Amino acid sequence: MVPLSYYLVLSAILFGLGAAGFILKRNILAMLMSVELMLNAVNLTFVTLSYSFRQLDGQVFALLIMVVAAAEASVGLAIVIAVSRNRRTLNANEMTNTKL
Amino acid sequence: MYSTLFFIFAGCAVGFAVNLLIQRNPIYSALSLIGAMSSLASLYVMLGAEFVAVVQVIIYGGAIVVLSVFVLLLNRSEPSRIERSRLVGQVGPPLIVMLLGLFVTVVYREFPEDAMARGGDYLGQTAGLGLRVFLTHLLPFEVTSILILIAVIGAVVLGRGEA
Repeated sequence: MVPLSYYLVLSAILFGLGAAGFILKRNILAMLMSVELMLNAVNLTFVTLSYSFRQLDGQVFALLIMVVAAAEASVGLAIVIAVSRNRRTLNANEMTNTKL
Repeated sequence: MYSTLFFIFAGCAVGFAVNLLIQRNPIYSALSLIGAMSSLASLYVMLGAEFVAVVQVIIYGGAIVVLSVFVLLLNRSEPSRIERSRLVGQVGPPLIVMLLGLFVTVVYREFPEDAMARGGDYLGQTAGLGLRVFLTHLLPFEVTSILILIAVIGAVVLGRGEA
């Protein structure tokens, strides 16, 4: 059987990759995908600990996180559409409206 | 067996996540995201969370990523030139077949054959999960329905154009 810590380390790695992608990527769609990756890493932690403690609450939380992720994706993509309609670009570096 | 499968799926997940980072074209990032989600779904099955795995594939792989790709294709500001890579064309399909085969293997190893056949009155993990959702965590479940409603209204208002 795989030790529990392996799953947690994998989850941490995925979360770190998602965070790095959110910081490093220029395209706002790619940034949204990185956020999804981070949410998935958290889900893996929940499911792992649910398995470890033999309690189903962790899986319930994972499902609720998926609902939140779906809502976030729908609103976020609507914002992306509005931004691309107004600004003609998806590059986050070119959106400097509030820059002094 | 289990540790081998874990390392394969974990390697797939990390590899797809790294590929999501290093790809310049967001289309490839979205496809890598599908791969990472599927690998994580396999890990969920190995952890005995089969319902979460199925929901993962349906919602993430089937809805969220497809929605992202649609938005990506709607956005015409950037030239969507697909540069073909021969390595991906040659290595990709066998890798996908291997991934799916491993997923099926995990499912067949995790569940005995009769557990798959008797669906109805078999009080498995999914039944317990449903009881837990609708008895213990009923209020958060209802709150998520309101959240979904707000998200739908917000998406419609935002996507409607000049309001």
